[in-house]
Amino acid sequence: MNDMTPTREQRTAALEGMGCKRKRVEDIRFTQGKGNYVDDVKLPGMLHGDFVRSPHPHARVKKIDDSEALKVPGVLAVITAETLKTVNLAWMPTLAGDVQMVLADGKVLFQNQEVAFVVATDRYAADDGINKVVVEYEPLPPLIDPFKSMDADAPVLREDLAGKTSGAHGPRKHHNHIFEWTVGDKELTDAAFKKAEVTIKEMISYHRTHPSPLETCQCVCSFDKIKGELTIYGTFQAPHVIRTVVSLIAKLPEQKIHVIAPDIGGGFGNKVGAYPGYICAAVASIVTGKPVKWVEDRIENLTATSFARDYHMTTEIAATKDGKVTGLRVHVLADHGAFDACADPSKWPAGFFNIVTGSYDFPTAHLAVDGVYTNKAPGGVAYRCSFRVTEAAYCIERAMDILAQKLNMDPAELRLKNFIKSEQFPYHSALGWEYDSGDYHTAMRKMMETTGYAALRKEQAEKRAAFARGETREIMGLGVSFFTEIVGAGPSKNCDILGIAMFDSCEIRMHPTGAGIARMGTKSQGQGHETTWAQIIATEIGIPADNIQVEEGNTDTAPYGLGTYGSRSTPVAGAAIAMAARKIKAKAQMIAAYKLEVHEDDLEWDIDGFRVKGLPEKFMSMKDICWAAYNSVPPGMEPGLEAVSYYDPPNMTYPFGAYLCVMDIDVDTGVYKVRRFYALDDCGTRINPMIIEGQVHGGLTEAFAIAMGQEIRYDETGNVVTGSFMDFFMPTAVETPHWETDFTVTPSPHHPIGAKGVGESPNVGGVPAFSNAVNDAFSFLGSTHIQMPHDYWRNWKAAKELGAVA
Amino acid sequence: MIAPSPAGRDRPANVRALSAKDEWEETMIPGSFSYHRPASVADAVKLLSDLGEDARPLAGGHSLVPMMKLRLATPAHLVDLHGIAGLKGIRRDGNNLVIGAMTTQHDLLASDEVGKSVPILNEAALLIADPQVRYRGTIGGNVANGDPGNDMPALMMTLGATYRLEGPGGAREVAAAEFYQGAYFTALEPGEILTSISVPVPPAGHGYAYEKLKRKVGDYATAAAAVVLTMAGDKVATCTIGLTNVHETPLLAADAANAVIGTSLDATSLKNAAAAAEAIMSPAADARGPVEYRKHVGGIMVTRALQRAAANTK
Repeated sequence: MNDMTPTREQRTAALEGMGCKRKRVEDIRFTQGKGNYVDDVKLPGMLHGDFVRSPHPHARVKKIDDSEALKVPGVLAVITAETLKTVNLAWMPTLAGDVQMVLADGKVLFQNQEVAFVVATDRYAADDGINKVVVEYEPLPPLIDPFKSMDADAPVLREDLAGKTSGAHGPRKHHNHIFEWTVGDKELTDAAFKKAEVTIKEMISYHRTHPSPLETCQCVCSFDKIKGELTIYGTFQAPHVIRTVVSLIAKLPEQKIHVIAPDIGGGFGNKVGAYPGYICAAVASIVTGKPVKWVEDRIENLTATSFARDYHMTTEIAATKDGKVTGLRVHVLADHGAFDACADPSKWPAGFFNIVTGSYDFPTAHLAVDGVYTNKAPGGVAYRCSFRVTEAAYCIERAMDILAQKLNMDPAELRLKNFIKSEQFPYHSALGWEYDSGDYHTAMRKMMETTGYAALRKEQAEKRAAFARGETREIMGLGVSFFTEIVGAGPSKNCDILGIAMFDSCEIRMHPTGAGIARMGTKSQGQGHETTWAQIIATEIGIPADNIQVEEGNTDTAPYGLGTYGSRSTPVAGAAIAMAARKIKAKAQMIAAYKLEVHEDDLEWDIDGFRVKGLPEKFMSMKDICWAAYNSVPPGMEPGLEAVSYYDPPNMTYPFGAYLCVMDIDVDTGVYKVRRFYALDDCGTRINPMIIEGQVHGGLTEAFAIAMGQEIRYDETGNVVTGSFMDFFMPTAVETPHWETDFTVTPSPHHPIGAKGVGESPNVGGVPAFSNAVNDAFSFLGSTHIQMPHDYWRNWKAAKELGAVA
Repeated sequence: MIAPSPAGRDRPANVRALSAKDEWEETMIPGSFSYHRPASVADAVKLLSDLGEDARPLAGGHSLVPMMKLRLATPAHLVDLHGIAGLKGIRRDGNNLVIGAMTTQHDLLASDEVGKSVPILNEAALLIADPQVRYRGTIGGNVANGDPGNDMPALMMTLGATYRLEGPGGAREVAAAEFYQGAYFTALEPGEILTSISVPVPPAGHGYAYEKLKRKVGDYATAAAAVVLTMAGDKVATCTIGLTNVHETPLLAADAANAVIGTSLDATSLKNAAAAAEAIMSPAADARGPVEYRKHVGGIMVTRALQRAAANTK
């Protein structure tokens, strides 16, 4: 062997496959301002549309006068619900089985609701036109507090539902009721509470917030009258679903619709659903015969499209006096705003909230969720989490701390006592899930050892004593969080969207020179798919990741898939990629056997090619096999080397992690400092550790924002008071704490490469860690639960109410 | 169909007075306006006088342009002051520091003279917005706009600065303490431009501090306090205190200052100063917190600024 022959390690490294900290290939264009976003799409003759919006949260629309607007130079059309009715598009279906007004039809139901769509030659003219549209309203009493939504005298919001005693998810109890969803054994759970030695009960709210991607929702619709084809460039997390939805509601043949999602500047759940802007731009293009662009501004994004959370969770735990949990009972009041526009899988009106038993071995549990209407923006999307999993994790993690406090036990110790044990996997939870794998005790102990948990508790005790002596005005909190997620929606047996099973897909085509292109049904919004998908293929078929071009987002070229959200890309599409690659490899093996003149069973895989067993010199590289696939395949075999796989996952995956937040709070100002934040994530097999770290940093930053101040708040008259980044907390690098990351690896037993998904874990686990830190800091002053968000003034208010501030 | 206007700029102006939010709008796209770039103060004054209240001078644009995007301000004419030589620069004139109105916050931070003679300006400028804004935002715009959230006005009152205003009737000097009349209402007469600021240099060895509580980078103060003092031995000899964003105008907290003069800043006098300062505050409740909180932390900012100022006297 001469010195030039690469070693096995060098050959493996050259692939930049799984486990490699490969640099993100998409960043070459992103960091140079060369990304191609929807707003970069400029078509000849393109028009611009923008909305007249309602100042009122609840009002009757008496009259819309567009006569002055149409006189504004450049304004071409003003579209109203009456216009849309002519094409039967005044209302549209939501993904949650409800219907939603596209433009105000007789009434407005939330502030900033879309009332009319002004189409003009440029955005300035459109906005000048908006100013000239005169809308006459008759204000109606607004319903803002969800706890009052089902009062007998609560105003009727949805007149379109008059007389409908049942909705998409069963019976409705009240004119503002959407659904009731129950899971678990009520009788058994009630019995557990009856004989419990210790119980806790707390109403734990997870406030309304917003995914707020830096790029807002936007589209360009271009209708070709001659061909009868509609092309839509849009910020879509699920482009194929959008194509199907457009086909169904616009009654256009699906092959005549081309949906293209170019580069996307963040989604976080905001860009899964369909919004009035898309419908109006499409109708405007059909009406005018010109391409029409709609770009949401920041205020519109925060106030009109897709809020998240707004779950009010009355939580009870039954336990023995030595701290063993015996039952969980949760009732959720879910505020969906004016229309139920969740983007959950069809059969799951409260998403996968029944993961609320968390990481603990609850023998029995019962959950009931009531969804209600209020005069707020519609939605309830999954903001960087699998469907309602963040709410569930917050609920149980806060409740476990409350129980620990009541039992006078350390919260980490209480968790260790109640964890599902590694030998119990696959574990069947009391609320119906089958957890695939986990080793919670190891993760928790690693967190406690690495952070010096015991020493931190000791320091906290000393600081509390010093505070009591009046030597310091600072209090210290330790926020423990141990989450179990449920991601990778999902198996066709329980997950579909509008009847389409939630599989995902990959198509790989290898070219003669040993390069290839791979396309998926997913759509990266910053996750780095172009980098990581190529790494899976590199490891599977021995072609360097740099030689694999990854392409997503064009429904004409990519195989059908359900898109990217809910941490589903790696669990579902990642599996499809491995399976497609294995089909390539299987054919490659036949070609190699033919070329090496042996039986294929005599070959073994060796990093980047096939070797004849026992004859190390007889080797054919994958690169050479690609060439052979195009000129000398075995007799009877089709030439070429490509494969497609549609993967219907057998189960969800269940990532988990152990987080610790160390926080100091100045009681006089409420100002907090996150002294330390440690995040241990177990996402199974790790594809690219650098991207995982980036995902964890991003998710923790969002969790920090949400827990410590980010909210969509309405005043009692229905005005949104947090409609810009001045008041909607968007932390900068200055406010963001330093993150310490760590990991354990417990592969998923049912996933082809053992990967579980990580993008959303830090948001799910992070929020309770921050909130538990604040609550832990104040607990010695006598508080049990302080609601989020924990911004400065609310911390001060808590201190004041607890008597720590004069 | 109407022919498109090429840049969307040649349509009749949408003329409305500042802050006249008489109808609901939700937009981030400004209306039309004409752009003027005079080369001298005289030309600028003439333009502003001729065009009347439909015209607004444009300095760094970091207050006005966002308001135009929200159409809270819809000036028909913008008179950009960037073309006027001599409105920029920092110079020492006897015992005064004279700062041209178009001097940016970044220029203040980069100036050795400011750092040496009025270091509190340096400290406060660093707490304004972020570097990108400080490269554009000017001290003249900051003090002339009358926004109670701006940091420099209270500082100028604390330092006893005067503003030079030039208008159709000539030039005049107005004390910063006399300049602010209400939120966005100032002593500026129609056609007048604030052209420079004259800051008396505090005595060598003075103590200073600007304590600003804010939620994040770029935010206005929840409450902020500026302190300039001198000590005689361990007693406060002179003291001035200014307050930011706790009233519709910046405030001078004279009673609070009097409460510590002659004291060694013991706990009681600090408490009295905070209470005296809180007594003149009337902040609005907003997302930064309720009135009670903003006043409470306003008092704390005063206390902390006093303590830090005393500690850094030389």
